[in-house]
Amino acid sequence: MLLNKDTDLSLTIIKQFQTFLFEKYGYDFRDYALSSFKRRVEHLLFFFKSGSVNDLIRKIDANPSLAEQAVKEITVNTTEMFRDPSFWRKMRDEVLSQFVSSPVIRIWHAACSSGEEVYSMCIILQEMGLLDKARIFASDINSEVLANAKSGVYPIRSLDTTKSNFDRLGTSGKLENYYKVSSDQTTIKYNESLIKNVNFRKHNLVSEEGFSKFDIVLCRNVMIYFNFDLQDRVMDTISNSLFKGGFLAIGSKETIVWCSTAKDFQPLSVEEKIYKKIV
Amino acid sequence: MERFKVIVIGGSAGSFQVVTRILAALPANFNIPVVLCLHRLKHIRSGFEEVLNKKSTLKVIEPEDKTKLQKGYVYLAPANYHLYAEINGTLSLSTEESVSFSRPSIDLTFDTFSYVYKNKMLGIILSGANRDGLNGCILAKARGTTLIAQSLEEAEIQTMPESIIQQQLPTYILKTEDIIKKIIALNKL
Repeated sequence: MLLNKDTDLSLTIIKQFQTFLFEKYGYDFRDYALSSFKRRVEHLLFFFKSGSVNDLIRKIDANPSLAEQAVKEITVNTTEMFRDPSFWRKMRDEVLSQFVSSPVIRIWHAACSSGEEVYSMCIILQEMGLLDKARIFASDINSEVLANAKSGVYPIRSLDTTKSNFDRLGTSGKLENYYKVSSDQTTIKYNESLIKNVNFRKHNLVSEEGFSKFDIVLCRNVMIYFNFDLQDRVMDTISNSLFKGGFLAIGSKETIVWCSTAKDFQPLSVEEKIYKKIV
Repeated sequence: MERFKVIVIGGSAGSFQVVTRILAALPANFNIPVVLCLHRLKHIRSGFEEVLNKKSTLKVIEPEDKTKLQKGYVYLAPANYHLYAEINGTLSLSTEESVSFSRPSIDLTFDTFSYVYKNKMLGIILSGANRDGLNGCILAKARGTTLIAQSLEEAEIQTMPESIIQQQLPTYILKTEDIIKKIIALNKL
């Protein structure tokens, strides 16, 4: 956080930075929610040791590789394995259980970031004996983040939260079966077999169309970073990527009621924010 | 005091009783939205809103993302999210990293609200066992926000109000009953 009152970022300078990223590199953050975006810009100033947004623009302008890095630092969001265990119980017991006799389950993790939700899903599918027939796409705007997700390596300090969330799932399985601790005890790595059916794919949810159709789309705590207009557009993309009867999961404090596609969905769980596509 | 557009209250350990006393004392026609950023257990999503509603005259809600800030309501930062203000009068949520081991973080709520509301915000820091809120109050003060700290004689745990008093940030240092008087007086402005 910036503590120097003289450097409070104006709306104008924030918009200028968004315009620069779009016009120079095609990265479109113009419809991001302002408060969190402003915080990410402050983080960028710190990260690139820049004294001002103008200086930041000069640096990124001169060096395209910094642009990709900037996008990572803007969008990276800490999530956790099995965030909201009650959501994952509902997902398991009322959504995934419907696919027990289906030949295939097609799942899209839209804007999967560092992949925690992907591994959470794969572990639950494995526990249910459904992993073999899952066809999973995990997409993100940033290739470095995707590479992290694919590696399955996470800091060991994440394990406390993961364990306490996992315990709340009420499953007979053992979390220890799914990861190994590195020899220097700083990281854990989830088993590669978990993601054997996962296709990691670079995709910009903000500016690109969907690329296939799915039974389940997870996009949890992604659209909170967008403004109304962008939420609406992204919901169109997601809705078009779901089969009739498919399911959408969003974050526990997100809502789609304001989106024009809301009429295409019916809540399966109001509490856990799981919707069924009815058209 | 000024005419405020929002009252933001931050608190942690030892603040619950104070918050419920304030909420119980507000008149039903209170015309400034109240925002609560209170440290809470991240895995317990429900229950807190209900308990506060039991004591409160105004309706306490845990806002969903993009909820409009309106008078007559008390907005409680939901578990495991940061609560931000947006310039179009709505609230937004974030899952960015915890600050001082806290999500919701008082620092971030005070930062974003004071950026939007500046001298139209009244910020109140109650009892708490860590210094989350200090950085947010430093930013808020620089933007003209009026700050109140719960008095140290009364605060159950002093660390949080003490941290902002040491930096001479609060305009007022008050006991709960005087905080309540001050807030209720705002309704007449």
